[in-house]
Amino acid sequence: MLRAALSLLALPLAGAAEEPTQKPESPGEPLPGLELFRWQWHEVEAPYLVALWILVASLAKIVFHLSRKVTSLVPESCLLILLGLVLGGIVLAVAKKAEYQLEPGTFFLFLLPPIVLDSGYFMPSRLFFDNLGAILTYAVVGTLWNAFTTGAALWGLQQAGLVAPRVQAGLLDFLLFGSLISAVDPVAVLAVFEEVHVNETLFIIVFGESLLNDAVTVVLYKVCNSFVEMGSANVQATDYLKGVASLFVVSLGGAAVGLVFAFLLALTTRFTKRVRIIEPLLVFLLAYAAYLTAEMASLSAILAVTMCGLGCKKYVEANISHKSRTTVKYTMKTLASCAETVIFMLLGISAVDSSKWAWDSGLVLGTLIFILFFRALGVVLQTWVLNQFRLIPLDKIDQVVMSYGGLRGAVAFALVILLDRTKVPAKDYFVATTIVVVFFTVIVQGLTIKPLVKWLKVKRSEHHKPTLNQELHEHTFDHILAAVEDVVGHHGYHYWRDRWEQFDKKYLSQLLMRRSAYRIRDQIWDVYYRLNIRDAISFVDQGGHVLSSTGLTLPSMPSRNSVAETSVTNLLRESGSGACLDLQVIDTVRSGRDREDAVMHHLLCGGLYKPRRRYKASCSRHFISDDAQERQDKEVFQQNMKRRLESFKSTKHNICFTKSKPRPRKTGRRKDGVANAEATNGKPRDLGFQDTAAVILTVESEEEEEESDSSETEKEDDEGIIFVARATSEVLQEGKVSGSLEVCPSPRIIPPSPTCAEKELPWKSGQGDLAVYVSSETTKIVPVDMQTGWNQSMSSLESLASPPCNQAPTLTCLPPHPRGAEEPQAPLYPPSDPRPSFAFPPSLAKAGRSHSESSADLPQQQELQPLMGHKNHTHLSPGTANSHWCIQFNRGSRL
Amino acid sequence: MGSRSSHAAVIPDVDSIRRETGFSQASLIRLHHRFRALDRNKKGYLSRIDLQQIGALAVNPLGDRIIESFLPNGSQQVDFPGFVRVLAHFRPVEDEDTDLDPKKPEPLNSRRNKLHYAFQLYDLDRDGKISRHEMLQVLRLMVGVQVTEEQLENIADRTVQEADEDGDGAVSFLEFTKSLEKMDVEQKMSIRILK
Repeated sequence: MLRAALSLLALPLAGAAEEPTQKPESPGEPLPGLELFRWQWHEVEAPYLVALWILVASLAKIVFHLSRKVTSLVPESCLLILLGLVLGGIVLAVAKKAEYQLEPGTFFLFLLPPIVLDSGYFMPSRLFFDNLGAILTYAVVGTLWNAFTTGAALWGLQQAGLVAPRVQAGLLDFLLFGSLISAVDPVAVLAVFEEVHVNETLFIIVFGESLLNDAVTVVLYKVCNSFVEMGSANVQATDYLKGVASLFVVSLGGAAVGLVFAFLLALTTRFTKRVRIIEPLLVFLLAYAAYLTAEMASLSAILAVTMCGLGCKKYVEANISHKSRTTVKYTMKTLASCAETVIFMLLGISAVDSSKWAWDSGLVLGTLIFILFFRALGVVLQTWVLNQFRLIPLDKIDQVVMSYGGLRGAVAFALVILLDRTKVPAKDYFVATTIVVVFFTVIVQGLTIKPLVKWLKVKRSEHHKPTLNQELHEHTFDHILAAVEDVVGHHGYHYWRDRWEQFDKKYLSQLLMRRSAYRIRDQIWDVYYRLNIRDAISFVDQGGHVLSSTGLTLPSMPSRNSVAETSVTNLLRESGSGACLDLQVIDTVRSGRDREDAVMHHLLCGGLYKPRRRYKASCSRHFISDDAQERQDKEVFQQNMKRRLESFKSTKHNICFTKSKPRPRKTGRRKDGVANAEATNGKPRDLGFQDTAAVILTVESEEEEEESDSSETEKEDDEGIIFVARATSEVLQEGKVSGSLEVCPSPRIIPPSPTCAEKELPWKSGQGDLAVYVSSETTKIVPVDMQTGWNQSMSSLESLASPPCNQAPTLTCLPPHPRGAEEPQAPLYPPSDPRPSFAFPPSLAKAGRSHSESSADLPQQQELQPLMGHKNHTHLSPGTANSHWCIQFNRGSRL
Repeated sequence: MGSRSSHAAVIPDVDSIRRETGFSQASLIRLHHRFRALDRNKKGYLSRIDLQQIGALAVNPLGDRIIESFLPNGSQQVDFPGFVRVLAHFRPVEDEDTDLDPKKPEPLNSRRNKLHYAFQLYDLDRDGKISRHEMLQVLRLMVGVQVTEEQLENIADRTVQEADEDGDGAVSFLEFTKSLEKMDVEQKMSIRILK
């Protein structure tokens, strides 16, 4: 089937292909030994042509969209049909015959499924079920009405002598034709309505109808076709009954097949945790299997795929990873868009093939008028009935759009091509009529529906971002309505939906969803989660913005803070698991490598705030520049932020202990720590410094650090990453890993000089890690800034967060930025940092090292690592480092 | 009241109820029928227990609160006018309703009143504000068990923050209304059969 289809597509290439095709044969005769060069066109012909066709269609799409004016006025489907006509004309002129057209087999087996799957999978299910009654009415009653009235009216037209007698068709033939021409086409409707943006209800009704009426169309077509083939004389009463029964079998059977496959699909994706990579494939495979199965059993395949997509989405989306979700989305859209493009183009090309045509003006005009008239009449009648039962009646304007939006498309064309000419002598006339009808509806109605919608002032769809309040209250309303229906004693839609949701929650979701995913699928939680991510993203974006403006001045900060505040608080409060990744460690290690940076750091210790900020800014810039991973990176940020804040408490102890450099800040932290009951450790630290020489302290710290070793840091790093993955949803995990990898390569973050320093340092042997560190640091840093902003509101947390921030930024920042730039800014910030340290009550200071030392466990190690960086500096250049340290300390103490 | 007939004349004050609630005669008769069916002992009023007997209310997360809303100000019973008055909130908004507005008091099924009904389901202590605590309680009812208490608190915080405009850490009715500005409340808080 595919082969045949492909060869049909081959025409356009004919001109170009002719020469190459002959080459392989002519040289083949002499039977040469070894060929240096060989054309094997025939071996690749079929797939090559398919690829070329799609390429042509895609290029055409690009060209159309070069001009916004054109595409805003003319629907893409029109342009594609016109393009098809042109291409078909060229082919006809070149090849003298029109070989290529839309093959029913290709269409039904390859082109239609992606479109239907796409529309079913992304169908807004709530809206769909809210309007299910109307949709079903229009799809079933409407289609039957259209088919019979159109068919009968055409027959009447023929009886009246308005159709040329050469059209040999009886009542059954016309009914058959009516059945295939009456169905609103999903592809055409989608193509046009997606650009029109009418309100959701209207869209879902027209679109849902076009999808669901497939079952009716298929049944009608098959029944009529078999009747025609049997001959009207042989049709018995039982055959009519069978026809009616088959309507139920085909539709319900199709839906059942779809639901079974949806169930299988959901269940399968539950177990793909370790093979994420095939998740998207599974979605497509099983959906396609549903389609083919239904087709095989001659059930409604469109219905099957629609139900499959509709039914599985909730569970599949919950089960598969974030990346898979994106992949599924894009692949589905790409496939559907490809198929749609090719369909319309082939429609245009097929129309050129006049050998299959037989024109009869009476028939064509009559059909056009009848389908428009009966569509409108049917809509009005049905709407009148429906409005008796609808809460929100469909008004006249809606009805006009619905009538006018009844586009016919490729399904009708494919069906008419499938007719058997021996059984249906008037096939050629029907083909011509169908082509005209399709072209008329797609081009004329497609062109005019947009202005019409504007002119009628149809309510347009409006997009607004979901808010937690809306989501929550909507759920409340649902429950209230269900309860009220209960009280009133009328078990209506709300009641049953509520029951269904309870059933789903209790059994289905338990069965079909991964346990880890289950929570995320709670809608309220979901909205909350997404809002948080959005906040983080907007924050990061803003941070980048601020940076670029170079005015890092205070005024910008408050605004940024205020923006980020809510999200940050939420992040902070969001419970993380017990483990925490200490990114600080990484930061310090890296910074330590660069001596100059360290020196700078000491000098600017007072102005630490500022460097940090700069660093952050640069970080955020980097992130933004890393477009591909931007989103995930941001998520990573968020997560890191969270962890960090949580980890601060534990880290504080260690840092104060060993660290000489970070000390001043640490003291600040300490203060906060005191509030949290961790204060004791911090105090002794300060005293020790003041009393003893700074050098001694550093030595001690060095030893400790060395013990901790680089391997440890590495380990921690790994752990941290893993941890993040675990703690957060799987999605985040993936994002994190990828994000870090991606970020690493960015060269700017890594200080230029560090390499030598690293080499010198014993624990720095593993250079490869550097990049990783950097990346993690960058991710980390932005959050830190957020913290600072947030600090203003939350005093306790602030103190904890600030010290690490200072450290990280200074170290990292220095390399990329010239010192001169940093220094001027420094003066602005000092006040914020020193203050906390000063506040230390002297009594607390004594609490002592012993405490901290004894307590040093895992947390200590983590803390030590940050120190490592500093120690390195001392190691390399003790004199300078020491002096710097001393200065720092003094400052801190003095202050 | 105890009569078995479902004629409108049986309902006391049928005209004033109609005027107040806007229900059609047929709806009132049906509701009265339902009222008497729920009233097990033919007391002429519904007790809390009567309401609790209603099928799926027990599994409705908001069931208790909705029962509470039928029982005004802590009383333990509700008579037919009171019963209907509550249900009148869910009458669909019709075109003629909007015409009446200027002179008469706002109909019970106005957007504002619909919202207010929902609001007082949240506002347990009737102080005109949904506090964080109250929000948390509702969320606990609505969100699945899989979400931890801590996360629930986060959501509650966020929800309150989102709607809270004056920064008092609670959601007033005005803020509540504003947060739902874009929602089609008239549609989402109406039941078709209650015409």
